[in-house]
Amino acid sequence: MAQIIQADSISAPPSPLLDVKDLKTWFPIQRGIFSKIVGHVRAVDRVTFSIQKGETLGLVGESGCGKTTLGRTLIGLETAMEGQALFNGRDLVTLSSRERRHLRRQMQIIFQDPLSSLNPRMNILDIVTEGIAQFKMVEGGREDHAKRLMAEVGLDKEAIYRYPHEFSGGQRQRINIARAISLRPDFIVCDEPVSALDVSVQAQVINLLMDLRKSHGLSYLFISHDLSVVSNIAGRTAVMYLGTIVEQGPTSDIIEDPLHPYTKALIAAVPDPGKAKIGEREERLVKGETPSPAAPPSGCRFHTRCPDIMDICPRVDPPDFSHETRLVRCHLYK
Amino acid sequence: MMVEGKAHNGRLLDVEDLIVTFETDEGIFRAVDGVSFAIEPGEVLGLVGESGCGKSVTALSILRLIPGPVGKIAGGKIRFQGKDLLELPASKLHNIRGQEISMIFQEPSAALSPLHRVGRQLVETIRLHRKMDKKAAWEMAREWLAKVRIPDPEERMYAYPYQLSGGMQQRVMIAMALMLEPALIIADEPTTALDVTIQAQIFKLIRGLKRKDTSILLITHDMGVVWEMCDRVAVMYASRIAEKGTLEQIFNAPAHPYTRGLLASIPKLTGAKGKLKAIRGQVPSPFEYPSGCHFRDRCPHAFDRCAAEVPPLYEVQEGHRASCFAAHELVGKPPEAE
Repeated sequence: MAQIIQADSISAPPSPLLDVKDLKTWFPIQRGIFSKIVGHVRAVDRVTFSIQKGETLGLVGESGCGKTTLGRTLIGLETAMEGQALFNGRDLVTLSSRERRHLRRQMQIIFQDPLSSLNPRMNILDIVTEGIAQFKMVEGGREDHAKRLMAEVGLDKEAIYRYPHEFSGGQRQRINIARAISLRPDFIVCDEPVSALDVSVQAQVINLLMDLRKSHGLSYLFISHDLSVVSNIAGRTAVMYLGTIVEQGPTSDIIEDPLHPYTKALIAAVPDPGKAKIGEREERLVKGETPSPAAPPSGCRFHTRCPDIMDICPRVDPPDFSHETRLVRCHLYK
Repeated sequence: MMVEGKAHNGRLLDVEDLIVTFETDEGIFRAVDGVSFAIEPGEVLGLVGESGCGKSVTALSILRLIPGPVGKIAGGKIRFQGKDLLELPASKLHNIRGQEISMIFQEPSAALSPLHRVGRQLVETIRLHRKMDKKAAWEMAREWLAKVRIPDPEERMYAYPYQLSGGMQQRVMIAMALMLEPALIIADEPTTALDVTIQAQIFKLIRGLKRKDTSILLITHDMGVVWEMCDRVAVMYASRIAEKGTLEQIFNAPAHPYTRGLLASIPKLTGAKGKLKAIRGQVPSPFEYPSGCHFRDRCPHAFDRCAAEVPPLYEVQEGHRASCFAAHELVGKPPEAE
């Protein structure tokens, strides 16, 4: 296995690990006894981005923006309707289920809720070695393997015969991480991995993920609603709104000088202890609420809430405009 | 009533040595253990802590909403405008709930009745506490929906809660909590279920609409929310108050190792990047609280005395207290220095 990975990375060094182009994941809305399709929820709509080997891409946005669906589509838990997602040169969208099964070893996911993502009837040994057994990767005893994984995620090695309910939230998330890295993947989708954890435990888990990235040469898609978390862990960030990525580029650039009006509003709304408070800082609060992804606004999807709206915005959906280090989907940056 | 309240040291609410116990199959534990704090008229006090620390139980105790017989207020005093709420007969307490003290909960969908239209729920609340005919109450309710910036308020009066988004439902709750102009609003994680852009809108609303002398007790786990909303802060850890002080004292010169660790561990939007300063270990279950100081297992400054005695709330600056034997040494040092 190790040899195959090496061959891949040598044959295509300049190409990114993951290259997503115009990806669409739409969910049909069905009505009536014949389940006629009357429309689509455009959860992910024409999304383009890439992730380099060893890189962490932060994916931020508010609830319902499609960030989780995007992550699940990459892992194969949802099916894309259109577009391309090249992973090590192979297109995940057109992959047969057999080929995908093979690729699963290289791509893993960590979910938000650390309890519901662990089978309550399996002990930790079975949970963290299930994948290894599937792929016949066990070298030496399963126990030894499980103990090594436990040590790697900072858990007591002797706890492998215990069950998920015996652990705290932070420890459960460590078990999820152990399972995710057990197959030595190249890429992990982290879907809000610390959002359900207590504040004092969040930092421990974030630090663990950062350490593992280094020691295992991992790449992450780090999905979060929390810009402060993303700003600490991700080198580059993509901001999602209503199914599309509205801005992407280096994280520090986005936070210090957001370009897209939505990114500006999002950052203005994040409390930043020690800095100016809402009301004291520049007023960029957006009006109203996010429209439904089943009937997104015409043209630019943000135009209904945008403080910088122009004539063109309701008519023409902007493409990604390149602006220095960033891609911005807004007519202002034509 | 206000005169009486002012006579009591100018304090609106005075919680003293509150003890709340819960009885479970595993035994009895103290969810709140000797908590004291006070709120002045017009002040926003943040009660901050992690899940299970007792902050919500403290808030529920004020209105005597602790679910019995499992939970019990086992000791302490809660004086509101000079009256001890724990001694008050149920009928008198009923007048205070909703009228003098109102509550905003985390889940607006759970706090609103799913069976009744928004308008009816507002009108009912108004007429329960004010002598007003239906028409005037309806008019008042509609005005409040407009004040909390709900578009088409007339139309929304006829909506059922499920027809509104979470942000809109929370606006209805805020209207309900504010419209009787209570002296105290208890807000338990009012924006935790909402997106940040909606959270910012809600903060602005509450700030703009509350009367000058209305006080808020804000329960939250989020230091960012505390920073945005509060004048003073009480930090809870494992059923006890770890530290209390003004917003500036807590954020600029925290004296308790827990507060210091918490502030240092929170990812910042701007500024230093890279590894976070994590607090080691995890919050203990109430059955496994260590002796003496509850934080000592996780504390980088713990020494013998911490296991033997519960540290009192030492005053480190005027109005700034911390329950730690090392509080005086720590208070001047930046929290990142842990």
